[in-house]
Amino acid sequence: MPKDQPEFDTSPFVSDEIRKTTCYMCACRCGINVHMKGGKVAYIEGNKDHPVNRGVLCAKGSAGIMQHNAPSRLRKPLKRVGERGEGKFEEIEWAEAYDIAEGWLRPLRETAPEKLAFFTGRDQSQSFTSFWAQGFGTPNYAAHGGFCSVNMAAAGIYTMGGAFWEFGQPDWDRTKLFMLFGVAEDHDSNPIKMGIAKVKERGARMIGVNPIRSGYNAVADDWVGITPGTDGLFIMALIYELFRAGKIDLDYLAHFTNASVLLNGDPKSDQCGLFLRDDDGNPQVIDRRTGHLAPWNGAGVEPDLNGTYRRAGVTHAPAFHKMAERFMDPTYAPNKVADRTGIAAERIRAIAADLARVAFDEAIEVDQEWTDFRGKVHPKMIGRPVSFHAMRGISAHSNGFQTCRALHTLQIILGSVETPGGMRFKPPYPKPATAHPKPHHGYKAGQALDGPHLGYPQGPEDLCLQLDGTASRIDKAFTWENPMSVHGLMHMVISNAHAGDPYKIDTLFMYMANMSWNSSMNTSGVMDMLRDKDENGDYVIPHIIYSDAYSSEMVAFADLILPDTTYLERHDCISLLDRPICEADAVADAIRWPVVEPDRDVKGFQSALCDLGARLGLPGFVNDDGSQKYADYADYITNHIRRPGIGPLAGWRMGDTGTQHGRGDANEAQLDSYIANGGFWMEHLPKAASFYKPFSKAYQDWAVKKGFYDSPQPYIFQLYVEPMRRFQLAAEGHGPVQPPKHLRERTKVLMDPLPFWYAPMSDATSDPVEFNVHALTQRPMAMYHSWGSQNAWLRQLHGHNPLYVPTKIWEQHGFTDGDWARVTSPTGEITVPVAHMAALNENTVWTWNAIGKRKGAWALSNDAPEATKGFLLNHLIHELLPEKDDGMRWANSDPITGQAAWFDLRVKIEKSVAPAESQPVTPAQNAPVPNGPDALAWKVGK
Amino acid sequence: MTKLPTHTDKKLGLVIDLDTCVGCHACVIACKGWNTENYGAPLSDQDPYGADPSGTFLNRVHSYEVQPSPSDAVPAPTAQLIHFPKSCLHCDDAPCVTVCPTGASYKRVEDGIVLVNESDCIGCGLCAWACPYGAREMDAAAGVMKKCTLCVDRIYNENLPEEDREPACVRTCPSNARHFGDFADPDSNVSILTASRGGMDLMPELGTRPVNKYLPPRPKDAPVDILAPFLDPVADNPKGFLGWLDKALTAMPGGTK
Repeated sequence: MPKDQPEFDTSPFVSDEIRKTTCYMCACRCGINVHMKGGKVAYIEGNKDHPVNRGVLCAKGSAGIMQHNAPSRLRKPLKRVGERGEGKFEEIEWAEAYDIAEGWLRPLRETAPEKLAFFTGRDQSQSFTSFWAQGFGTPNYAAHGGFCSVNMAAAGIYTMGGAFWEFGQPDWDRTKLFMLFGVAEDHDSNPIKMGIAKVKERGARMIGVNPIRSGYNAVADDWVGITPGTDGLFIMALIYELFRAGKIDLDYLAHFTNASVLLNGDPKSDQCGLFLRDDDGNPQVIDRRTGHLAPWNGAGVEPDLNGTYRRAGVTHAPAFHKMAERFMDPTYAPNKVADRTGIAAERIRAIAADLARVAFDEAIEVDQEWTDFRGKVHPKMIGRPVSFHAMRGISAHSNGFQTCRALHTLQIILGSVETPGGMRFKPPYPKPATAHPKPHHGYKAGQALDGPHLGYPQGPEDLCLQLDGTASRIDKAFTWENPMSVHGLMHMVISNAHAGDPYKIDTLFMYMANMSWNSSMNTSGVMDMLRDKDENGDYVIPHIIYSDAYSSEMVAFADLILPDTTYLERHDCISLLDRPICEADAVADAIRWPVVEPDRDVKGFQSALCDLGARLGLPGFVNDDGSQKYADYADYITNHIRRPGIGPLAGWRMGDTGTQHGRGDANEAQLDSYIANGGFWMEHLPKAASFYKPFSKAYQDWAVKKGFYDSPQPYIFQLYVEPMRRFQLAAEGHGPVQPPKHLRERTKVLMDPLPFWYAPMSDATSDPVEFNVHALTQRPMAMYHSWGSQNAWLRQLHGHNPLYVPTKIWEQHGFTDGDWARVTSPTGEITVPVAHMAALNENTVWTWNAIGKRKGAWALSNDAPEATKGFLLNHLIHELLPEKDDGMRWANSDPITGQAAWFDLRVKIEKSVAPAESQPVTPAQNAPVPNGPDALAWKVGK
Repeated sequence: MTKLPTHTDKKLGLVIDLDTCVGCHACVIACKGWNTENYGAPLSDQDPYGADPSGTFLNRVHSYEVQPSPSDAVPAPTAQLIHFPKSCLHCDDAPCVTVCPTGASYKRVEDGIVLVNESDCIGCGLCAWACPYGAREMDAAAGVMKKCTLCVDRIYNENLPEEDREPACVRTCPSNARHFGDFADPDSNVSILTASRGGMDLMPELGTRPVNKYLPPRPKDAPVDILAPFLDPVADNPKGFLGWLDKALTAMPGGTK
């Protein structure tokens, strides 16, 4: 070493210990290594063994240390002392907090359990919280799926037993053409980035379909800057091209989809359009070997896509005939959809040709024999290396369900689901809609609900309606207004409760959902509803209990706060009973555990529910002698038995001769085993079960062994969704449960068992000439809603959210840097800063979601840019559409699933003089925590 | 004035792939976390919860919009967004070193890493002025100059498992856009990537001879090839289609009709 080079130690001490747990900086649930020094968190990095992230970690994950140390952390249970919304509280002991909660909840349970509405936001413990709600007996439970991506989930489950993300992923290692629809930057954070890197490394092609070219779309080889709300039209045009050219996988469609299932063709029958079934209830096909009827799953049956069956003067044709009619409808010809989608007809035709070429001319083979459920042995696995992924961009529209259905149809006609190079399910998915529970709403004073709240209706009989036809649930899920609302409608809870429609409630109990701010439509209106009083001076919604770890905007509106822990201070299970973290080749689950103990008087919300459940004597939460069953959530995770041999965690269960995985008894040392193994459990699939999971004997047998279900349940993809036809039949006047008159026509049209495209519902009420601009939001990759945006490091990356304006509109209005715009929708107005962006659909503006903060929240100073220039688009989006001719107001949601239609928003834009702050201004809330420090230099070691 | 070595044994540095960088800032925060806890003074933040938060970062990601010029073939080209991570490039002719009045800034002979010896740094800021890339940041709390160390306290660190002996930004990058290695070795991963993908110097005209290389984005948005075949319809209506279907099914393996 030269003499003037200083000497220093290049092998410094790194940490005392690495504690491996699961991230919670978003919903991705990566494995993390938490480096500890002197009992403090020193550094967080990705866990290289973990199936989700393989060692990588996003900005949010690496900034977890600032989240854990955030000054906005709540410190103690709080009781409201001021008016709702002011944020004035006094700190109380847990015993008093429980007394208050019990005082409100016990009488409800004993007399009217439906008067509790329990909704749990970005909950990652839904199998637990729903179990608690079921024990309480209220029908009013759901998490945030209704305002997130239920269209994607519901369309996927009804069509093929799984959608994207938790359910499935592209075959990153083999796909040759990857098409990404409507995925915001933040989605499925690390796996998508890792997947795109793999696709690019192999020289494969990626097409991004998104009005905004940022994030993943910025690196796509081709960008399709589609008009919002028209993805379904574009997809139908692709299907049209492929169908007309016969570029569809006929063999796959015949064997593995219900395209070959015969439909009752008798127009006079109340079964018209339903499957032709045998005496055992099995849908029937024509067997090409015999030309006769056979059950779809009969041994050796070769289903015929074109075989019809004639009986009593009526011809019954396979669903494929209806598909041909629908998919060759000239309405969907590329030149007919070009203007509306903003995509040139030649481009649509070229993309369809590329899909066909890669799927069929560049097919791949995996040298692996497999046996299907009909007993047929296939010597190889044939792959169609075209893959897709999609999420909220196509989902959060009022035509989103049918759009998602169209996308799955496109995947399936190409033969690219569960085949090499296409989309692969992640165990325990796939699981068809029929294998899920149906919704339950039977409530009685003092009793548990008659079953799980949420499920997959198979027809009108499964709706949650009272005898008089009114909704059983406060969010009106599973009613004729949105019959297949499988995740509930959290975004309608507060407005319905405020209106007393369908009935008044007493207590609103929420967890981890910023419903007075970025998680609600019509934010100002919702704040008014929460603080509104009746003629007696009492709050219209009498009691609000809220649990959060941080001083969020919602805290200010609660009467009682149960302070939660940070994610490094808590137990959790990422369970196969819930939203698992599996990979296509492996089943996995994971835990969080307190890598540090809280230094505040706070408690994991789930542990608080164990205490509260025991106080209330809820079934499942007390022993036979009435004593508390689970001391805390860790106790529940270890000892709860859902069905014989099955508990929240599948790893290291107790068998006859020692620990075993999948099925088994509770094991007191289970959590220790998880901790010793890096915080997760994983087991790989047998090779013969890698693909064709719904149809593969090897997969089905393995799934039974692991405890996903109790007997093999092979099924075929439901291109034609029979339950939807049942709703249509009811609208046509059949059956005991029929829609009310004003919803009859709509039900007939919308509940189409084959996908189709219709304009977003609000286009009927937002004049497209006046409101000629589409407005969207997305989260940045480095931030996750309000959850992370007070993070000291991350807010330096994304502390501002201008409205991004495309070149055409920018020039039209003569905007320059630093300008402001007044943005108006039919129901609201905001005035906000603008910025120019060229890589954007020419009729679309957008901004980052939830950067805007209320003054006083999140331990930020009142002059923080988030509170002065930051804004929410939510003010422009109403939860109800404007009144129609008949005086009715429909929800601003998908009429099939209830999905909040955030992205249907149309606005008009005008240049504005610069106000002092973004408009509207919400007055500051008081904070139960002090503001953050003036400076940070966070080094915990010497 | 501080002297640069005439030769370094290794030339350690980064290859940054602009084709796969999605602009997620993972590298920025992993760097912030590691270097706050490790080498030298922590990376501080001023007004972290206030009106104008401003902290020290050794690596930042900038985003640039590119509007290709119209041509006859593409009259209305689509704008593109390029994410551009930037940190010290560990230049062979590092102007930040030669300008240092105390010798605090230096380039290591053994591996070419440019470092600041904080105990000799007087916080004069000359090096930051001299660096044409804006890659050095004065830490407002410590009053010393901070810069990318290429995680010199990770890459040789025997307390880390061997697979982790790479810079924090490289280890964490989810889209595999960052690669670490020795450019002096023509067979190293970084040399091969640079050669095969046309890796480029940042602003070579300045004569700083940066060690880090950038891989350019691949061409995007190829115009629709008017000569490429579209799909030929087998039929124009459902009836004709079902006629075609009969023939197609018969021709398939197992066709019995």
